[in-house]
Amino acid sequence: MITPAHYMILSAALFVIGIIGVMTRRNIIIVLMSIELILNAVNINLVAFSSQVQNGIGQVFAIFVIAVAAAETAVGLGIILAFYRNKETVNIDEMSIMRW
Amino acid sequence: MAEAIAFYTLSALIIGFAILVITTREAVHSVLFLVLNLLCVAMLYVLLHAQFLAVIQVLVYVGGIVVLYLFVVMLVNLKRPAEANRDPRRRGRLGVVLSALILGELAAIAAWGFAVPSAAAPGPGLRADNVEQIGMLLYTDYLIPFEVASILLLVAMVGAIVLAKREAR
Repeated sequence: MITPAHYMILSAALFVIGIIGVMTRRNIIIVLMSIELILNAVNINLVAFSSQVQNGIGQVFAIFVIAVAAAETAVGLGIILAFYRNKETVNIDEMSIMRW
Repeated sequence: MAEAIAFYTLSALIIGFAILVITTREAVHSVLFLVLNLLCVAMLYVLLHAQFLAVIQVLVYVGGIVVLYLFVVMLVNLKRPAEANRDPRRRGRLGVVLSALILGELAAIAAWGFAVPSAAAPGPGLRADNVEQIGMLLYTDYLIPFEVASILLLVAMVGAIVLAKREAR
């Protein structure tokens, strides 16, 4: 029997893998992909609970999460391209021009 | 039983591909593993009776977002790998330990929360016509969030074009 707890644990594992990616990788493209993993973990939770309480609202919110993820990716990749054109790097350790 | 087998297989694939996404050296390989990961998540949605969301996942993520990533990986032609110079101030091991702590915390919440099964409020019920149900929700109760999401996408599109455009000289 697969309960929502199983889905929550899967989602937590995916979330933590995404966090590890954000914190340990230096290539900003891979950091953005790790953020996609985190958003997917959130979506799994939303859909699992939507299925548990027999209600479609969770799936509606998962659609909003996908829309926000698409917007975030478009802007993030635009920033990466603009930065790469100026600095010739995608290493986040070198992206410190706005650090105080 | 069949559901359990499908769930555990898909979970193993999702976790495995996610680990490959963050561990492979080549950015292109990472993007391709992300495709496989997102496809497995779409299959998980089918398992949860969210067929419409599974289709959206394949269309938007695999068809749109990942292609965008591939374009950028190809455009950003790296002469030296991004991971080459190590910053001594970054603490990768500490990050992994803290992440493991968060995982333990989340798993404990999940385990304790479901030890006492709460009586879930019976909703209107998930019907077989998943698309119709989500369409009804989106265009009635959630119309304003839906329109706000469309404005967000428009703003993001304009912003991405402005950011990526070369300045006219």
